Amino acid sequence: MTPDMVAAQLAAVLFAAAPLILAALGETLAERAGVINLSLDGLMLLAAMTAFVAARSSGSPWLGLAAGTGAGLAVAGVLAVVGILLGASELAVGFILTLFCRDLAYFLGHSQARLPGPTLGVWNLPLLGDLPVLGTTVFRSSPVVPLSLVAVAGAWWFFGHTRVGLVHRAVGEAPQAAAARGLPVRRVKVLACLAGGALAGLAGACYSLSVKPGWGHPQGCEGAGWIALAIVIFGGWRPVRVACGAVFFAAVQVAGILLQGVLPGLTGTLFQIAPFPVMILVLLAVNGRRTTAFGRALGRLPLVGRLLSGPGGGAPGAVAGILDKRG
Amino acid sequence: MTGRPRPFVRGGLAAGLAVLVTLGLLLAAGAPPLRTLGVMAVSSLGSPTALLRTLSTLTPLLLCGAAVSVTFAANLWNIGIEGQIILGAVCCQGWLMACDPAGALPPAVCLTLSLAAAMAGGAAWALLAGVLRTHGRVHEIFSGLGLNFVALGINLWLILGPWQRPGMASLSGTVPLPEAFRLPALGGQPMSLVGLGLAVAAYVGVFWLLRRSFFGLTLAAVRQNPQAAALLGLAPKRRLLAAMAICGALAGLTGGLLVTGLYHRLIPSISGKYGYMAMLAALLASLRLPYLPLACLFFAALTVGGIQLPLELSLDSSLAGVIQGVMVLTLCTAGRLWPTASRRQP
Repeated sequence: MTPDMVAAQLAAVLFAAAPLILAALGETLAERAGVINLSLDGLMLLAAMTAFVAARSSGSPWLGLAAGTGAGLAVAGVLAVVGILLGASELAVGFILTLFCRDLAYFLGHSQARLPGPTLGVWNLPLLGDLPVLGTTVFRSSPVVPLSLVAVAGAWWFFGHTRVGLVHRAVGEAPQAAAARGLPVRRVKVLACLAGGALAGLAGACYSLSVKPGWGHPQGCEGAGWIALAIVIFGGWRPVRVACGAVFFAAVQVAGILLQGVLPGLTGTLFQIAPFPVMILVLLAVNGRRTTAFGRALGRLPLVGRLLSGPGGGAPGAVAGILDKRG
Repeated sequence: MTGRPRPFVRGGLAAGLAVLVTLGLLLAAGAPPLRTLGVMAVSSLGSPTALLRTLSTLTPLLLCGAAVSVTFAANLWNIGIEGQIILGAVCCQGWLMACDPAGALPPAVCLTLSLAAAMAGGAAWALLAGVLRTHGRVHEIFSGLGLNFVALGINLWLILGPWQRPGMASLSGTVPLPEAFRLPALGGQPMSLVGLGLAVAAYVGVFWLLRRSFFGLTLAAVRQNPQAAALLGLAPKRRLLAAMAICGALAGLTGGLLVTGLYHRLIPSISGKYGYMAMLAALLASLRLPYLPLACLFFAALTVGGIQLPLELSLDSSLAGVIQGVMVLTLCTAGRLWPTASRRQP
């Protein structure tokens, strides 16, 4: 393979990964504050539909992007009100919401299905676009790719280098302790949930406006929300690792498409479902390594042990009780 | 007694709110609201044929509703029920493909054994999620979700790979079953009513199990206080696994009935999302068993009514799911706004 072909494949991977990164970062944002937003899949479909319809009726894909973000914000708002403020089970509300939003998206989008609409197109930044590999992969591609990379950098900076990020993490890690320190726990949780929903909505909009353009039944992004949910766990709730996880699974899917010609039959399905067994195994490893003999044995393995070790691995304190079931 | 409204007053409030939201959505979608609801009502309840169609949709819903009632009684969110339905269907189809209609075993025995295989398949898939929960500490929502996708993958792979139609792999499913391996249908109706009988039997069985048996009592103890249950020697882990296995077996049976009674072959979307819908129905019934059949019947009517919408009003059939979601969501909200005094048994 020539460098150009490698760059083209890399570009395809980053393009497929971009909305996954955004959605997974949104969920990371929510879960780091102790809110599990299970509605991700339906939320993204609804956002994708809203974005497409808004872009079509206004003619501007950027307005569509904003509308999709708004839709994500609205769904997260329902979860925040019913789940956090009224105190219903977040998992239950999220589950109901994901089914509801999916059906709502297909119902409201029915008249707009399979119609041509505007897309975000391709950016070609004047000087940067001529760079050898980076040019093809980042600066001469759909705007969603640089957008997703900016989001990763932003999330990394937010969690690691800002005061607000510290408060955010404190609320997710130990809500009682944070409350005792006088931090507004509920407000932070609500805001994190809303911000996470907005990012996931943006991801949904990226699907219908760029990565899987258009609206139809089924839309191409169906199932992406569940994959994003799995990636957050796979990435250990850290923005950069989460983004790497998204790129990894996007690469697996792109490889699946490439391999389909060589090994027909099994490969396509296999690569589509790959994130889910991995998610279960990661949960098993993360939970197991705390106490069980299985965990200790795993920690002694040369490569796996290093990957899993280190402080801060595993779920944030507030969601750990849900993700790590003792007894 | 304080001014707390009774559960069914609360239900009424939720239903009223849901109707308002639904009407608003219909207006937003540019559909005539009352006519739409009218079409749905007529096409699900308006004629004997429509009624039979609703009853045949009730079969998988009631079976899965009974199934999830067992896991809800143990405070388990068995989202993996979809995968358990699929695995049941796969096992049923696999068994029937290995059987010969003119072979030594009479077809009726083969058919019965195929449903048993379906139950075993569903139970095994549920136990996998159960063991991950009890011994691997993985929440059943996440393991169930993952296993659902794995089951979908297995199903799709079988349909496109080893079990494909001779000559071409097609998403329309495997080769139809021979006539002898289909459950008897009633007057040319799409779905066999043998299934409905089994569903009612399963519901009665689960009712007895949860309300009248010692097992149900211990399950309630495990739900309300796992630590105390463990100290009393009730072996919570074993009870949770048993609840998962029962739920999985009933879900698997649903899959088997969908194969032998409705589709007569394995198709990619064999589960028909009945598992998720049944969970919503159980939530709509506020997890109370006596209300469950009513909630299931209501959802079945909505689903059947929704199917006519694309034909008559060119609306998407997902309106049924929208109404279901609105109702459960508003009931959930109402439950938090006006809590009842005590939580009764399921």
